[in-house]
Amino acid sequence: MKEVTTGNHAVSYGAMLSRAQVIAAYPITPQTQIVELLSNFCATGKLKAKFLKVESEHSVMAASIGASLAGARAFTATSGQGLALMHEMIHWAANGRLPIVMADVNRSMAPGWSIWTDQNDSLSQRDTGWIQLYCESSQEVTDSIIQGFKIAEKVYLPVMVILDAFVLSHTSEVIDLPDIKLVDKYLPPFKARDMMDLKNPRAFGGLVTPDFNFELKYKIQEAMNQTIPVAKWADREFKRILGRSYGIIEAYKCEKADTILVTSGTITSTSRYVINQLHAQGKKNVGILKIRMFRPFPAKDVVAVLSKAKKVAVIDRNIGYGVGGIFCQEIKAAFGNEKKHPEFFNFITGIGGRDVTPKDIQGIIDYTETHKKPKEEIVWVGLRR
Amino acid sequence: MRTEIPFEENLNSGHLACPGCGGSLSMRLALKALGRKTYLVLTACCWSIIDGPFPYSAVKIPLMHTAFETAGSASSGVRAALDILGKKDITVMAWAGDGGTFDIGIQALSGAAERNEDFIYSCYDNEAYMNTGIQRSSGTPWGAWTSTTPESKGEQKKKMMEIMAAHRIPYAATLSPAYPEDFIRKYKKAKSIKGTKFMHILSPCPPGWKTSSEQSIKLSRMAVESGVFPLYEIENGTKYILNNPTADFKIKPINEYVSMQGRFRHLNKEQIKFMQENVTAEWQRLLRKTKYA
Repeated sequence: MKEVTTGNHAVSYGAMLSRAQVIAAYPITPQTQIVELLSNFCATGKLKAKFLKVESEHSVMAASIGASLAGARAFTATSGQGLALMHEMIHWAANGRLPIVMADVNRSMAPGWSIWTDQNDSLSQRDTGWIQLYCESSQEVTDSIIQGFKIAEKVYLPVMVILDAFVLSHTSEVIDLPDIKLVDKYLPPFKARDMMDLKNPRAFGGLVTPDFNFELKYKIQEAMNQTIPVAKWADREFKRILGRSYGIIEAYKCEKADTILVTSGTITSTSRYVINQLHAQGKKNVGILKIRMFRPFPAKDVVAVLSKAKKVAVIDRNIGYGVGGIFCQEIKAAFGNEKKHPEFFNFITGIGGRDVTPKDIQGIIDYTETHKKPKEEIVWVGLRR
Repeated sequence: MRTEIPFEENLNSGHLACPGCGGSLSMRLALKALGRKTYLVLTACCWSIIDGPFPYSAVKIPLMHTAFETAGSASSGVRAALDILGKKDITVMAWAGDGGTFDIGIQALSGAAERNEDFIYSCYDNEAYMNTGIQRSSGTPWGAWTSTTPESKGEQKKKMMEIMAAHRIPYAATLSPAYPEDFIRKYKKAKSIKGTKFMHILSPCPPGWKTSSEQSIKLSRMAVESGVFPLYEIENGTKYILNNPTADFKIKPINEYVSMQGRFRHLNKEQIKFMQENVTAEWQRLLRKTKYA
């Protein structure tokens, strides 16, 4: 069924179609519409869920953890400062192996106050054990939340579905809302592997001495390793039952590419527009690698695509202070032990919601093509120096 | 009418509490009253250790360990899950110390109470951050030594019961492990009420109060008899019911209670007199509140 929706409401639809059972929520710009529509769904009976109006984001995640451990399918959403506030419990959800799904609307961290987009908030959580999926469209958002639960409930790691503030969260697009009966086929009711249960009373998350802790943490890494094939399987199943798939990465028009742009989020869409124009003009040596799954980092898949290129232009909408663009850093690490690697160009742009236009993308392509190596460690695009 | 103390044990022996710990006896009594259809939400406090390290657990019910400040919020999530799964007859009990209740956990508790979440919140109050080695909390009484108030604490103990009464929750009560029948009665009463129930338990701590472990019950009784920690209930935040001492009882001077505890040893006569004046004034205030019941 076709529906005109914003990215935020696409999140709400995703949670509704996934039959989330407990939604602990707190408002924060630019995510608030997500929880408002979910509140409406719960109030009108469109979604049979408990909507917990807790009093801060830290409590949002604590309540989600309690709900998940008690056996309910838990969903929530946050952004920026809110995500940062719940950081302690973000660790708790992953260490606790709980299949919670949360949407994060990428919002620049304060001070100064900003409601506009960059990726530092979600990337600050990259070592917590959460799976991270970066979306470029409302359709992908709805679909990724549904896929998120399927992946989470298989590997027992929480999933963060990420979308850009305003560019995606507040932009209206037409999406195809899947039939909930098909979603039910794809995503059966949640049956927790380990949960609080009177028939089998156990303690969860208690004191763990050095004799046991290493193995628990190792198991999280193992689960992350499992997540790559599981996510691919979940995507294939989604195609089979619901008719769409995205891949954990997507190589777009890379067949004849000697220069590949690496993008995530809505910069991907803008880049597609530019690449399409170039290809239409007969210039087919530039392609795009979209990174959808950032955690676990699909190193093998990324290396397989990028090693065919001579130059790789990574476009980071984030800054790993003291290092550089975070996606670029991870890609370089993926090539760490390879004998040959392409020349890496690290572009940083769009911080604090500064618009990234087709002109900027063309500028990135031009720079990359006219330089054998980047003149600087970081090439800042659109910065007023 | 005597309250029966249930025979069933829901706490295994072999847990890690110090001898004389008020908190271990309190948990034993609370679980006797509530029975096994109970989920326990346990925040960072001595009991995080008392329950035992992986792979052991001392309580015979499902237990969720959670972060320090999340007793109110984690419990809300558990309650919501149980309700949506149709398991409404399972009691949710949060168990936290004074640190996790008066200080770091007060936001989540206030939030849960304001929403009138259906759970029992138990605060076993040993009057300092004991698990981390005796640092002051806002539950530490005036004049007490702690490692962060070595010159003695200058602030009065936070009035947690008044704060909970201001939330107009259906039930709040003070409890002492020296009065087990009163303890059991109150937990059974709490279980029968829907909404947020706040149980404030005085929990003597031999290492923290610098007392002998065999004196914990005596201290728990003396605290009540001297009016330092009277036993009373508040219904709907407005109706005060006095249990012990009774209104006609002449409360005993605090001197014996104070002199038994090393954490008060440094106080001089003037300071003890000041303490007594405050205890007496608070007792009078409580009596006036129960008069308007």
